[in-house]
Amino acid sequence: MSDAQSLVELIPRLRRYARALVGERAAADDLVQDTLERAWSKLHLYRRGTDLRAWLFTVMHNVHVNRLRAARPADPLEDEMPELAQRATQGDALMVRDLERAVAALPDAQRQVLLLVALEDLSYEETAQALEIPIGTVMSRLARAREKVRQLMYGKGGTKLQVVK
Amino acid sequence: MSDRYDVSEAEIQAWADGRLEAARRAEVEAWLAAHADEAERASAYRNLNEELRARYDAVLQEPVPARLERTARRGARWRSLGLAAGWALLGIAVGVVAGWQLRAVQAPAPRAAQPEAPPIVRRAALAHATYAPEVRHPVEVGADQEQHLVAWLSKRMGGEVRAPKLDGEGMALVGGRLLPGETGPVAQFMYQCARGRRVTLYVRTEAPDHRETAFRYARENNVRVFYWIDRTFGYALSSADLERDELLKLANVAYRQLNP
Repeated sequence: MSDAQSLVELIPRLRRYARALVGERAAADDLVQDTLERAWSKLHLYRRGTDLRAWLFTVMHNVHVNRLRAARPADPLEDEMPELAQRATQGDALMVRDLERAVAALPDAQRQVLLLVALEDLSYEETAQALEIPIGTVMSRLARAREKVRQLMYGKGGTKLQVVK
Repeated sequence: MSDRYDVSEAEIQAWADGRLEAARRAEVEAWLAAHADEAERASAYRNLNEELRARYDAVLQEPVPARLERTARRGARWRSLGLAAGWALLGIAVGVVAGWQLRAVQAPAPRAAQPEAPPIVRRAALAHATYAPEVRHPVEVGADQEQHLVAWLSKRMGGEVRAPKLDGEGMALVGGRLLPGETGPVAQFMYQCARGRRVTLYVRTEAPDHRETAFRYARENNVRVFYWIDRTFGYALSSADLERDELLKLANVAYRQLNP
């Protein structure tokens, strides 16, 4: 199969991820378009025989990060934020039952991990590679993302978030 | 209380994703059974995966905007032109052969005037779009347990279900799963070629008073479907990866095996 055909066949899956990542359809398709363009210009970097889809998520991630940088300064603390800082928002009684809004409320870095794992079914290793982060960071972001969505959707403010050893 | 098993947060996440090995999964589940709060949390995480899919899988079915397809094909125009011409010729050849063999092949309706697809097409295409993109869990029972798979599905469907062999066409059985249908359980077999392109065969029980039909073709968004009904079952062969003519070829092979 030609590269072009492979790319065409992966468009629906790129669109699914992009839609969940950025929310709005036109913006999501713009992200997919930029990703495809960049994929063509970077195709020489793709290692034959590896998963093209995982590689495209890496490309999309880079495009997305560049766009965010251009749009607003990144929040360097979002990953280091202690659990307690998040838990302080419980008092806001944010009862966001809507899945989309709960996912949109996540820091970008957590949303990417959650969507690659839960929606796109990438393995933890593939997710780590796609986002160019250590696997331990994948697991911690995944845990934070899920807990935050759960709290937003179901208002589980009172549950103790104990560290399970 | 002292815990018999040490369960890490990462393992709770992996449990929610269905990614623990069976032995460890059993241990984690035993631990969860003794920790109600954690069990509730883990279940919520697992449900969240399903909710995300339920919300966003529909995007897979949307027609691809032309501008995206153009961009994806950029840089390969000449090659794709050659490829398209090749497929067209093959399509004509396959179409002629199939028409002669089945005699009742229906001319596909022009895309612009497509009538609403029958329920079996819509359901088969939806099931295809849901499970074909799965990387880690495409099927419930793998082809390594084919006998068990076929026996199980036959039992649940109340009739002998068979998974046609498509290896001669380069399509290996991945496995299958049971799905809810409108009037009872439905079986789905999945096949994959060496390049990772996938085809699913959707099999449902037909009411005794139905009429057998010839081969028909429909397209549901980006999923192409060939379907037919025989004495006992209705079949729909679906793919978002294959061209119509490639799919027709597979449908022919499956049809001949299932209706000898």
